[in-house]
Amino acid sequence: MTATATATPGNRGILRVNPVAKLAAALLLAGVLVLTIDWVSAAVALACELVLFFWAGMSFRIFVLRTLPVWLAAPAAGLTTLLYGQAAGAEYWQFGLIHITDGSVELAVATLLRVLAIGLPAVVLFVTVDPTDLADGLGQVVRLPARFVLGGLAALRLVGLLMEDWRALERARRARGIADRGVIRRLSGQAFALLVLSIRRGSKLATAMEARGFGGTTTRTWARPSDFGRREVALIGLGLFVGALAVAVSVATGSWNFVLG
Amino acid sequence: MTPPAAPDLRVAGASIDASGWGWRHAGRRAWAVRDLDLRIDPGERVLLLGASGAGKSTLVHALAGVIGAAEEGEEQGRLLVNGSSPAAARGQVGLVMQDPDSQVILARVGDDVAFGCENLGVPREEIWRRVRDSLAMVGLDLPLGHPTSALSGGQKQRLALAGVLAMRPGLLLLDEPTANLDPAGVLEVRESVARVLEHTEATFVVIEHRVGVWQHLINRVIVLDPAGGVLADGRPGDVLPAEGDRLSASGVWVPGIAHDLPARRRAPQASDRLLGTQALAIARTRDAVVARDIELEVVEGAALAITGPNGAGKSTLALTLAGLLKPAAGRVLADPRLSGGAPAEPIRWKSRQLLTRIGTVFQDPEHQFVAGTVRAELSVGPLALGLPEPVISARVDTLLQRLRIDHLAEANPFTLSGGEKRRLSVGTVLATRPGVLVLDEPTFGQDFRTWREIVALLAELIDAGTAVVAVSHDAEFVAALADSEYRLAGSLDARPDRLVTL
Amino acid sequence: MHATTTPLIPAQTTARKPRNLRWRVVDIVVASVIGVASGLIFFAWNTAYVPLSAPLTPLLPGLQALLGGGWLFAGVLGGLIIRKPGAALYTELLAAVVSTLIGNQWGPLTLVSGLAQGLGAELVFAVFLYANYRAYVAVLAGAGAGLALAINDLVLWYPGSAAAFATIYTVSAVVSGAVIAGLLSWLAMRGLARTGALGRFAAGREIRADV
Ligand SMILES: Nc1ncnc2c1ncn2[C@@H]1O[C@H](COP(=O)(O)OP(=O)(O)OP(=O)(O)O)[C@@H](O)[C@H]1O
Ligand SMILES: Nc1ncnc2c1ncn2[C@@H]1O[C@H](COP(=O)(O)OP(=O)(O)OP(=O)(O)O)[C@@H](O)[C@H]1O
Ligand SMILES: [Mg+2]
Ligand SMILES: [Mg+2]
Repeated sequence: MTATATATPGNRGILRVNPVAKLAAALLLAGVLVLTIDWVSAAVALACELVLFFWAGMSFRIFVLRTLPVWLAAPAAGLTTLLYGQAAGAEYWQFGLIHITDGSVELAVATLLRVLAIGLPAVVLFVTVDPTDLADGLGQVVRLPARFVLGGLAALRLVGLLMEDWRALERARRARGIADRGVIRRLSGQAFALLVLSIRRGSKLATAMEARGFGGTTTRTWARPSDFGRREVALIGLGLFVGALAVAVSVATGSWNFVLG
Repeated sequence: MTPPAAPDLRVAGASIDASGWGWRHAGRRAWAVRDLDLRIDPGERVLLLGASGAGKSTLVHALAGVIGAAEEGEEQGRLLVNGSSPAAARGQVGLVMQDPDSQVILARVGDDVAFGCENLGVPREEIWRRVRDSLAMVGLDLPLGHPTSALSGGQKQRLALAGVLAMRPGLLLLDEPTANLDPAGVLEVRESVARVLEHTEATFVVIEHRVGVWQHLINRVIVLDPAGGVLADGRPGDVLPAEGDRLSASGVWVPGIAHDLPARRRAPQASDRLLGTQALAIARTRDAVVARDIELEVVEGAALAITGPNGAGKSTLALTLAGLLKPAAGRVLADPRLSGGAPAEPIRWKSRQLLTRIGTVFQDPEHQFVAGTVRAELSVGPLALGLPEPVISARVDTLLQRLRIDHLAEANPFTLSGGEKRRLSVGTVLATRPGVLVLDEPTFGQDFRTWREIVALLAELIDAGTAVVAVSHDAEFVAALADSEYRLAGSLDARPDRLVTL
Repeated sequence: MHATTTPLIPAQTTARKPRNLRWRVVDIVVASVIGVASGLIFFAWNTAYVPLSAPLTPLLPGLQALLGGGWLFAGVLGGLIIRKPGAALYTELLAAVVSTLIGNQWGPLTLVSGLAQGLGAELVFAVFLYANYRAYVAVLAGAGAGLALAINDLVLWYPGSAAAFATIYTVSAVVSGAVIAGLLSWLAMRGLARTGALGRFAAGREIRADV
């Protein structure tokens, strides 16, 4: 048996960074970017991020697969703004509530880039988060209430069982003679049964956790340390730096456009 | 892994005091336990017996302080662990519950064992020392980072035991810790417990229907009376011989008492084949074949037992035969007498066509329940067949009585005791009178009386022409009913699987 | 035991116990399970949202918020089942965490959305002092979550939108929240109670008789 009490999931690139730092970095960057809606700040942030992704230790295939939703959502958000954004400047096309104007074109580009600049780093950072490490971090570094953090973690483990439960339910309902219905009735009935089953599992799991002293009055200790050191500070600093750079360039070029202004 | 160098488990044993104690679950009118007067001294090793539904699990849950808040039931009298209320003594009490699956808490083996220590505020270095000691003690030789989702039934049982041991409890409670384990697994778990007991002074209470397994590790037997209070109490050497007949009649599995087993009367004819396989390979997922080249026959009026170690693929085979799982290769073919107009392969039958042809009892009874009350649960199949109401209620009433769950007709299936759930799941299948019965561990968790009732019921059905396929670790069950046995070896390169005629 | 089923006390004693607003372990774990399961549904919804909203977008501006209810039910359902202060907020937020961890187009701002939407539902339950869980309260909680969704989205994602768009978006979100998150969650809660899965919760005991 290994003596490594703190089984680390891996040690390449971003994997070793405390998930709390990843969360903080992504939130910081996003927090800065939502303050303004202009294409310059979003483009600067996006450019820095694309360079940084090379050090994330993620293969190109995985990157494309996991970030696909973001690539799809960005044009959709852009299109909405293009059609319904505030009208300003020359008008190109108008139909009902739709106004395509110079202003809405600019806003649309900014929206598209902003969705990418906020969404992509989050996916890259979170893809490697192990729920156990995150819970350790939230409990020890952020000091959220341990009962809730661990309750959430234990529930996350049940997710892994859901797929298996789904198949078992399918078989059971077939065996009981109630699986000959139309697809929609069958699937919705089965989905409800899955919800029932997971709540039952949750109730039982709660008993098992209480039997191990969970939820008592003793202050709990943590078997795995959650380290927050130089690496973590560096990552947060990096997020802050990219955000600051984006703001600086945007202000310097006169494109800064405060959302509430 | 090296055996532990005498780990320090020397915690003082806890005492138990019950005076007039009782518990009634919310939503029930009957008390699960009542009028219990009992004292267990520190360090005693107790086997807790009693008929299925007598309240054994309820009692140990109460001792562990996890029976729930006042809103979850009603208490009478007083129950004390070490002189204080069990909820306050939580952590001093280690409970291994009846169902190993629901006790895994975290995703990695090491973390799961450490969980209890963390909650008790044990310092970090001490936690990992205890984790390693406990894992060694129960003989679970796995890396600490091993995923808990990839454990077999027996391994899960031992993991739960290790998690409890790491807390260094003064009272160790085991609720049917060997249900669903193969005979080798039963021995392993018992050896683990024996090893633990050598190193600790903890008080020990184990629930098990079969006295034989634990006889040599215990020094006191307590039999709960379903009507309330205690039926018998004393040293195993005194109580069992003296009260053997009375205990046996009330459902206790007393070793050495000659049982008059229900017998089969009719010999099967090999020509009456209902179902057969051709070069069958079985798998849960397409690429993980667990056994192949299976050739067997299911014959009218005969019983086929499927046996083998944990994880050998018994349940997979049963599900495949029952038309619920696609064969990985080869075929399962029903003879026209069984298929009666439906396609030859059961997997292609409609759900309703299965009902009267092949009925399946799942290993986990909870997977099978789809209704809100016991009575409704038994009516689901007959209703799907469109049977007239009087026929349905006649069938349902008969089953309720024979399976001894008539007093629970309106209860929710999920609130039944372990044994009651099992009997209900057998009943749901019998309600549609299928030609072939596929049963996965039909007798686990049963007391002697209900065990005999299930065997008698099956023997009757077989004599009347039903074909039975039963997966079982229960050697007595196999001996009492089976005409032939199909043994799964457990690994593709081990001794080949074989069919034995008994 | 079944031979002596004479109840010592009338069967309805459990109904009138003082309410305990502290979270039990089972409250936490089941709320977590609901949150996590909802997070998975969010993920499916996130994936479906783009093709579903694409045809709606050009049809009527702001109507895409009608799909918003798919992200709002977690809090309402959690609040209805657990019935403790913070339940709606916790389940909605946890669902958002799961959705974020799996990865979606809104990145870490999903957490902000979850927080806002959870608060929207939570405030309604709080106004009723965590004592009323009838259908209309559920609908109001759903609407509250919908309003929170609209405000949050308009600030974070459609900051440049015109007033007409903002109005339609808000109304759609409130309607969607009220129906999908409010009414459907209430029906789901009743259905769950009928199966007996909520036996350890007040929600499950109010509609069952003793046996
Ligand atoms: N959560 C619950 N809600 C309502 N009734 C329950 C609940 N759990 C158990 N019961 C009932 O309480 C009685 C005692 O159940 P218990 O599980 O203690 O029996 P047991 O002796 O362990 O039986 P077995 O040997 O079958 O496991 C049974 O009639 C059962 O139906
Ligand atoms: N739902 C599942 N998904 C994937 N693999 C599974 C699943 N259930 C079981 N297995 C694997 O398939 C193999 C056969 O499992 P099966 O349940 O048929 O064994 P078994 O002989 O019934 O064991 P037991 O005596 O413990 O019930 C095992 O290696 C097991 O790990
Ligand atoms: Mg029991
Ligand atoms: Mg099996």
